[in-house]
Amino acid sequence: MFGPKRIDRQDGAINDERGDGMGKSTQQAIRLGADIGGTFTDIVLDLNGTLFSTKVLTNYTAPEQAILDGIETVCGEAGIDPSALELVIHGTTLATNALIERRGAKTAFITTEGFRDVIEMRTESRFDQYDLNLKLPTPLVPREDRFPVAGRIGAEGQELLPLDEAALEALADRIAAGGYGAVAIGFLHSYMNPAHERRAREILSRKVSLPISISSDVSPQMREYERFNTVCANAYVRPQMEDSLARLQIRLAEMGATCPVFMIHSGGGLISLETAAEFPVRLVESGPAGGAIFAADVAKRFNLDKVVSYDMGGTTAKICLIEGFAPKTARSFEVARTTRFAKGSGMPISIPVIEMIEIGAGGGSLAWVDAMGRIQTGPESAASEPGPACYQRGGERPAITDADLVLGKLDPDNFAGGAIRLSVANSEQAIQTEVAGKLGLDSLAAGFGICEVVDENMANAARVHAVENGKTIGDNVMIAFGGAAPLHAARLCEKLGIDRCLIPQGAGVGSAIGFLRAPFGYEALASKVIRLSGFDANAFNTLIAELTETAMGFVKSGSAGEIRREVTAFMRYSGQGWEIPVPLPDRPFTAADADVLRGMFQSAYAEFFGRAIDGLGGLEVEIVTLSVKAEDIRPAPARVAMIDTGAAMAAPTTRAVFDPAQGAMLPSAIIERSAIEPGQRVEGPAVIVERETSTVVTTPFDAVMQPDGTLMLIRKEQVQ
Amino acid sequence: MSALDDIRLQVMWNRLISVVEEQAMTLIRTAFSTSVREAGDLSAGIYDPKGRMLAQAVTGTPGHVNTMAEAVGHFIEEIGPENMHAGDTYVTNDPWKGTGHLHDITMVSPSFLDGKLVGFFACTAHVVDVGGRGFGADAKSVYEEGIQIPIMHFARKGVVNEDLVRLLRANVREPNQVVGDFYSLAACNDVGHRRLVDMMRETGMADLDALGEFIFTRTRAAMLERIAALPKGRWSNSLMTDGYDQSVRLEVAVEIGEGRVHADFAGSDGVSRWGINVPLIYTKAYACYALMCVVAPDIPNNWASLSLFTIAAPDCILNAPRPAPVSLRHVFGHMVPDLVLGAFSQALPGQILAEGAAALWNLHISARPVAGQTGRRAEMLLFNSGGMGARPTLDGLSATAFPSGVMTMPVEATEQTGPIVVWRKELRDGSGGDGEFRGGLGQVLEIEALPGHEFDFSAMFDRVNHAPKGRDGGAEGAPGVVALDDGTKLNPKGWQHVPAGRRLVLKAPGGGGYGDPAKRSNEARATDTLRGYTDRDDI
Repeated sequence: MFGPKRIDRQDGAINDERGDGMGKSTQQAIRLGADIGGTFTDIVLDLNGTLFSTKVLTNYTAPEQAILDGIETVCGEAGIDPSALELVIHGTTLATNALIERRGAKTAFITTEGFRDVIEMRTESRFDQYDLNLKLPTPLVPREDRFPVAGRIGAEGQELLPLDEAALEALADRIAAGGYGAVAIGFLHSYMNPAHERRAREILSRKVSLPISISSDVSPQMREYERFNTVCANAYVRPQMEDSLARLQIRLAEMGATCPVFMIHSGGGLISLETAAEFPVRLVESGPAGGAIFAADVAKRFNLDKVVSYDMGGTTAKICLIEGFAPKTARSFEVARTTRFAKGSGMPISIPVIEMIEIGAGGGSLAWVDAMGRIQTGPESAASEPGPACYQRGGERPAITDADLVLGKLDPDNFAGGAIRLSVANSEQAIQTEVAGKLGLDSLAAGFGICEVVDENMANAARVHAVENGKTIGDNVMIAFGGAAPLHAARLCEKLGIDRCLIPQGAGVGSAIGFLRAPFGYEALASKVIRLSGFDANAFNTLIAELTETAMGFVKSGSAGEIRREVTAFMRYSGQGWEIPVPLPDRPFTAADADVLRGMFQSAYAEFFGRAIDGLGGLEVEIVTLSVKAEDIRPAPARVAMIDTGAAMAAPTTRAVFDPAQGAMLPSAIIERSAIEPGQRVEGPAVIVERETSTVVTTPFDAVMQPDGTLMLIRKEQVQ
Repeated sequence: MSALDDIRLQVMWNRLISVVEEQAMTLIRTAFSTSVREAGDLSAGIYDPKGRMLAQAVTGTPGHVNTMAEAVGHFIEEIGPENMHAGDTYVTNDPWKGTGHLHDITMVSPSFLDGKLVGFFACTAHVVDVGGRGFGADAKSVYEEGIQIPIMHFARKGVVNEDLVRLLRANVREPNQVVGDFYSLAACNDVGHRRLVDMMRETGMADLDALGEFIFTRTRAAMLERIAALPKGRWSNSLMTDGYDQSVRLEVAVEIGEGRVHADFAGSDGVSRWGINVPLIYTKAYACYALMCVVAPDIPNNWASLSLFTIAAPDCILNAPRPAPVSLRHVFGHMVPDLVLGAFSQALPGQILAEGAAALWNLHISARPVAGQTGRRAEMLLFNSGGMGARPTLDGLSATAFPSGVMTMPVEATEQTGPIVVWRKELRDGSGGDGEFRGGLGQVLEIEALPGHEFDFSAMFDRVNHAPKGRDGGAEGAPGVVALDDGTKLNPKGWQHVPAGRRLVLKAPGGGGYGDPAKRSNEARATDTLRGYTDRDDI
């Protein structure tokens, strides 16, 4: 949005003098994080604890070029040579983009006879009940490229029909001559028994020199639509990602950076480049995962057990629950939503992922009025071109940023450090035409309406997300980052009943900083229905041992550190369709543990849904999926003692800013963030200004500067 | 500042919708019945103290949503507001006061704030069994269809009605799952109530009167504007369907007047001897759904939007009085939108899609070991959809539920629940009606019991003897087929047997085409050929 501009030292290079220890938590002293995002490529250099960062426009034709440019900038600023780098950690949105924009390889999909159309028939439902002209997303692999083969594994893993190997031989010739770039194989029940998939890969690889992905490797989970789509997605992006990762490694070496390069995956851990190239679908959503780790690291510094991270950028807002310093994870998610971010309009990907909700609410989201005269916001976005109306680049429809400007939350002459001059008149005009005029409001009231609606949408999403995880949102501390989040965080906290919100430094490049804090980790999953009534402790122990070996193998390949393990069973009452995660002790189990497991499930269930089901003594409990997660233990960051009070600062200047709780423009203190010393307090209403954003302190809140330079919004009644 | 008050009310409206979504989500995540947890066969909503629906979850299916809109009034009338207390939950499965058949359990909970009744939460879900003959068309009256629960307490001041639970346990085939679902329904209303209280405390609202007034006024104004834009007049349509053992004719006349739309089903065939009859409340639900799709797809369902639609019907298959058997009321209920849309297509030429498979191709399977062998027994419900009719500017959606809002369930999950193998579940080539825009394809299923097992199944299919019609020159979609793999034809309705070693073959209908086939573009035809969509193997 602001062009390839080096962030000046004050904002971009976070000085460690305050003793925050942000960088000292690492084993390698000189590490670099690189996050290729949709608009910007963010680079953060951690030089013995001091951070240098820059944002470069993402280069779509040669993505690695932006990384190299960024490295040159930050190394230059830090006064080191790229050859001094000891570790590069990379995350990318390119895999996600390839899925969204359908720019992947021509893929052949080999599947069970009778099930050629699984990825086309989807769930057989419409994601919008009332739109008769609904368009469903087209499958990644069109029907003519899907090849059924006879052979069938049953639900217990038994072979019901042998694999037709002769047909596979013939098919191999056809695929070899068919101009394909990748092959995916997905057979029914392969999560129970992968023998047919492995055999098919073996036969094919004799004649076909293409990368072959099999569903039992990529995503060994029950539910054929999700698993088949995931293996197709993996194959679809694989040639492109293999190529781009190889190029990156070569070009880094050319500039002297011969250090190891690791990738961040969607689950928030690190994997080797080789693993990433084989399972590129695991890179989907790696940028947002970095943001969640960044927030988790802040949580660790302040020793906060319950945190909700809130990341609001140009087009979307992302919200993630972080409990016990670890972001929540899930086993599947939906990407590439085609229609208004509507649930069901994208495609499912079943891999371990940091669970977050993403809604179409960003600074660029456009406001409009619906048939009931209700203000609506997003998901359509003004994006970076033409941008919000106030950018004066031809945008005529009001975006959230326009409403923020009209309400006085932004200073038109000091946006992005003065790089972009904002036009209040343009914002007012756009709001007048599209919203205020239609509702008979003045542009101020309409601006308030727009912000209220977008804040409420985010608050609702956060509440529902918490409920889905059996949590109460008000118990959390919020950690806000991303360009637009500090403008809306206080009001969001008001709506959610949250008392404290942290706005860390470096929030504009949070994901890339998060990469530097990521553990070397891997989560191995197996879907296998295990009923507690017939609990076989030996088989159970064997399965856990296999998963442990897989997960530990990955971690040990890249880390010599101490390793932490988490064993989780996804359990339900037999007959239910939704499993809840139950953390298990990491020890061998005996037959007597069936009752222990049942007890653990029931208390977890009660926590999720309010009460366990009583009076159902005969009701069977089952484990559906087992997961073993292993990661190396990162040295804990230096603890920061949270300060809840401080001497109130006098405001150098004031400006009229709209206060949502009071419903009026109030004179508000305007203070530079860099002017606030740790332990100083700013009383709301106020706006705390920094280069890329402003933190709005609404009347119910004060802001207290923390020892490490993090800004904390705190409810007035909580101030000691 | 009244402009700001308006904005605050609008924000609270959004919040109410979020509250009922949470309510629905809780039900999905705790439900036992496959139709709820995998297929979304449920609804959830919030009502004012007069029983007028304020908001409903988008999650859910029209047959439940729009019937439940009326159900709350019956609860208020029978129990009486003076007898309601915090912690109460009321229940019924009365087909005429709930949602149309005994399998649907409706629960209503009053919401009190500081001792004052501020509203109601209601929810509905389809449970796996209610005793009687099981889910099928073969009962001669509602008494044979299972246990009837008149409107009564499920919980009184928070204490569960144990007598009801014991009665249930003694009357249904899967007592744990059914009782589990009763708890899930009650829990989801609890969640809604807690969120509502949070919201009201946070905003200092003492009641929902002002908010309700705001919602109803805004909605009504928007609806009136839409109805005013429609041509005025009366248009009629008829539809032939398979029935049980003889064809059944459905008729409707749709009248668009000033500020209202009226549908009259006079002329439809009489009440059937079989369990395919529809209580009026369910007919109305799907008629309103069709009307909303055409008139106001973007306006939320609530009391105000639904109140502008009225319907009438003499006693007939679409208005079957007690004690007619109604177990499979969904089959004809799902036909109602095609019937009503056909009338609308005359009022709004060039705007209405062609007919499609309409009724879901669901089947209930009862599997068991062959006599003398050991193995598993299981009751299973499978959801499958045929093709949607072609749209005026788009091909029809293949294997997609319409008008129902449910999802299918994974074959891998189905095969985990019982001793069957689904050998085939894929698109049915050649089944979409030809036209400038092609009808959606149906699907083919082949199902066999595991070795040593056999099964009975309850057929609930239609459009086997009467194909979905095309519109504006489009051709018919392919009618459905119910058979064994040796070619034996089976009936589209009723319980039937599939012996060990034989496969049940189901071919769900394709949608009708739209417009003159001669106008279909060469590119579209080339794609159809390349992908095999128009091959004739499955016809």
